[in-house]
Amino acid sequence: MEMSGERVIEAPRDQVWAALNDPEVLKACIPGCQELEKTSETGFAATVKQKVGPVSATFKGAVELTDIVPGESYTIAGEGKGGAAGFAKGGAKVHLSDLPEGTKLSYEAEAKVGGKLAQLGSRLIDGFAKKMADQFFDRFKAEVEGPAETRNGTDADAANAPDAAEAPAEAAKADAAPVVAPEKKKSWLGRIIGS
Amino acid sequence: MPKDHGIGASSKRREDIRFLTGKGQYTDDINRPGQLYCHFLRSDVAHGRIAKLDTAAAAAMPGVVAIHTAQDLAAVGGVPCGWQVTDKNGEAMKEPKHPILAEGKVRHVGDPVAAILAESLEQAQDAAEAIELEIEELPAVVDMKAALSGESLVHDDVPGNLCFDWEFVQENKDAVAEAIAGAAHVTRLELVNNRLVANPMEPRAAIGEYDAARDEHTLWTTSQNPHVIRLLMGAFVLSIPEHKLRVVAPDVGGGFGSKIYHYAEEAYVTWAAKAVGRPVKWTASRSEAFLSDAQGRDHVTTIELALDAEHNFVALRCHTLANMGAYLSTFAPCIPTWLHGTLLAGNYRTPLIFTNVQAIFTNTVPVDAYRGAGRPEATFQLERVIDKAARELGLDPAELRRKNFIPPDAFPYQTPVAVQYDTGNYGATLDKALEMADAAGFAARKAESAARGKLRGFGLASYIEACGIAPSSLVGALGARAGLYEAATVRVNPTGSISVFTGSHSHGQGHETTFAQVVADMLGCDEGQVDIVHGDTNRVPFGMGTYGSRSLAVGGSAIVKSVEKIVAKAKKIAAHLLEAAEGDIQFADGQFTVAGTDNALGWGDVCLAAYVPHKYPIEELEPGLEETSFYDPANFTYPAGAYVCEVEVDPETGRVEVQNFVAADDFGNVVNPMIVEGQVHGGLAQGLGQALLENAVYDAEGQLASASYMDYAMPRAADFPSFAVDHSCVTPCTHNPLGVKGCGEAGAIGSPPALVNAVIDALSEHGVSHIDMPLTPTRVWEAIQAAKA
Repeated sequence: MEMSGERVIEAPRDQVWAALNDPEVLKACIPGCQELEKTSETGFAATVKQKVGPVSATFKGAVELTDIVPGESYTIAGEGKGGAAGFAKGGAKVHLSDLPEGTKLSYEAEAKVGGKLAQLGSRLIDGFAKKMADQFFDRFKAEVEGPAETRNGTDADAANAPDAAEAPAEAAKADAAPVVAPEKKKSWLGRIIGS
Repeated sequence: MPKDHGIGASSKRREDIRFLTGKGQYTDDINRPGQLYCHFLRSDVAHGRIAKLDTAAAAAMPGVVAIHTAQDLAAVGGVPCGWQVTDKNGEAMKEPKHPILAEGKVRHVGDPVAAILAESLEQAQDAAEAIELEIEELPAVVDMKAALSGESLVHDDVPGNLCFDWEFVQENKDAVAEAIAGAAHVTRLELVNNRLVANPMEPRAAIGEYDAARDEHTLWTTSQNPHVIRLLMGAFVLSIPEHKLRVVAPDVGGGFGSKIYHYAEEAYVTWAAKAVGRPVKWTASRSEAFLSDAQGRDHVTTIELALDAEHNFVALRCHTLANMGAYLSTFAPCIPTWLHGTLLAGNYRTPLIFTNVQAIFTNTVPVDAYRGAGRPEATFQLERVIDKAARELGLDPAELRRKNFIPPDAFPYQTPVAVQYDTGNYGATLDKALEMADAAGFAARKAESAARGKLRGFGLASYIEACGIAPSSLVGALGARAGLYEAATVRVNPTGSISVFTGSHSHGQGHETTFAQVVADMLGCDEGQVDIVHGDTNRVPFGMGTYGSRSLAVGGSAIVKSVEKIVAKAKKIAAHLLEAAEGDIQFADGQFTVAGTDNALGWGDVCLAAYVPHKYPIEELEPGLEETSFYDPANFTYPAGAYVCEVEVDPETGRVEVQNFVAADDFGNVVNPMIVEGQVHGGLAQGLGQALLENAVYDAEGQLASASYMDYAMPRAADFPSFAVDHSCVTPCTHNPLGVKGCGEAGAIGSPPALVNAVIDALSEHGVSHIDMPLTPTRVWEAIQAAKA
């Protein structure tokens, strides 16, 4: 399973880089992470609790940072053993570059599983890994950017303009369909409850 | 009129009373006093070196009695292979050690690394999690073609991961090449025979027990052949002589081949019971079954069929890559070779045949015989390439087959691939199948389907198989490390009831009913007078077990031989009692009579006299009435038949619906038509399951991705119509006393090509010429789209 993606983070590159190396930030961003302790300059011990389909397990393992180009890129790789549940391992090459509105974070990630996870959950792994990566980078963006009100409002809105323009349209469409449904629902529900 | 008892009667299965009321006694139902529970820690990576294996913390866990690893088993042999194939250069196949527990390296996901013995299963499982196991991963060898490059080696001492490179018939190699080069037409096909998981309803289980006072070992195990396990495990793994080792295979819930083999778990529990001085029980979980039961098929083949201008088959050439998995399972080497290459003549007169088989080690679960074993692979490629040839030449597939069938007057027929067919009539089963399938009405049905936007297809396949394996002298010459006879003791008790001790093993075949019918028919007694005993090396004198549809043809024949000896002796006793010449005694319907007189004695009188020999020819004859026979057949048996499948394909979704399936088989004489029908139904379900649904899929890392019933699609009743089964075309086997051929595997052999041929027929208007099994909606839909593009 291989994935790639990017995020635009409204923060200067050195701030994003620092966050990428901060155990507290990483801990908050790795989905299901219960513990993350720095064990060396580039290594962490991690405990992650996750559920893949029918298999839930606590994975204990190590996270290692390699290919470090300070301020620009590294590879973050982790491997966790979940006992009878099997193992999961994955990594991401993360690259930072400057943008007028902040920093572009791009990544290429891969994930592998073995043991019971592969035997029972192989169908679910691709979707699961993508969800994990999305969650990690979404959280990371939020973590670095901090709460919206502390940021420079107008700039943020401008930067998000394309997304913002699309999102309300999607929301409107999504809203348009249920408009009928709740009414119908109300009417049959109304009949049952007599109001 | 159908018979109501004896040979030819559809007697109800007596064993079903206990199976259907939950009174069966399976291995897991057995519990021994003081038993420990065994759990295996298995590798969850496909290939790697064991960098660290520390059991100290786990050994201190609650309830843990012992933990064993390979070093504890240093004095124990590896799991032996029962068949040696000689390669094209005359050299023996590569036979790397298969340790009971992984030694230094793990070679497939599921390879056992440590065994934990505890007071409860849960404690053993908990302790497994506390074992510190670190595996330094190596690149997994999964794809067979890539394996041959040898970049990563499953076994360090097997270059190119090549177990053997086999050629057959080697002398024909050049003649075949010449015939193909000069042929009027050559049809070529590349295909995959998909890997299957056997999935018997009962997972494997084993209990070891050791009686120190008597120095006796007992193993209860889910086996199709307890005597073979006693031989393999006793002689090659644990060095226990036969008289100190009892192997019991009680009720066994299906095997389909996967319970023929000697498995590491059996040897371990037997060894451990002595090592710790307590009985040791292991029962596989379904997940373990997926990772440790030998799997089936997994061939990648290129086949070429050459025809002359009159459409006679002139030569056949095949190249096959056969996956052995990580280790050689008991009979693995003979499946793609002697049970495959020798069947490539099929039902046809093809004069020149050459095949090359490369057997390859990969980091996957070992592969061995699965219902049909080699013969389905041979039949599939042959029947697919013939169908493709017919399509390319614009011929009726039935006519092309008929033209090339070995004619009924040509038997015995010596094929160019070693075997000699004793008898058969292939045109008769084809005619029967086409008639039952209403071939004439197909055009109208196709038009009706088309009106609903559906594609309808009609496919057929002929098959032949070599069953009742087999003459010991022949299989010995081909590399078998055992004889393949069968043994039976028939014990007539003083009051005339009969106990039959057979080396065949019943795990779904209904032997307890069928064998009793044979004996009752021969002795003119009630079937209820006959008891069939099997599955215990301490009760049954000897045996080679049940596989290759051999039980009735070989095991049944051994019983017949013993009954014949019983009758001969009983006639002598009767002659003495009736004061007549032995030659004048006739035996029929349970009565001994003096020819031409009304002097007669009942069966019971003679039996009693044998055990109460007051008036008895004691100088010439020993008392008692018990006979043992070992029957070694003169040849294989050759069941054959024709199957027709009619399908409807939804071109929008790719979904295949089996509309009709007809099986016309020639099994020789039939003892119990109902049981035969059941065997064919089961075989068809497995064959159609392979063709439509089942697939063992390994990812590039060697993880078995289809390792549960969420992803490994087993056929369900709703996937099939009711099958139409016929076995009225009979050419009796000429060399066994019952004239029987065997019916257990036929359905799984003939049905995959019939189904695929039907689907290709349905898609022919789109120009689709082949789809690899399983024909899932995705694959069918993609084939349609690719053909359109």
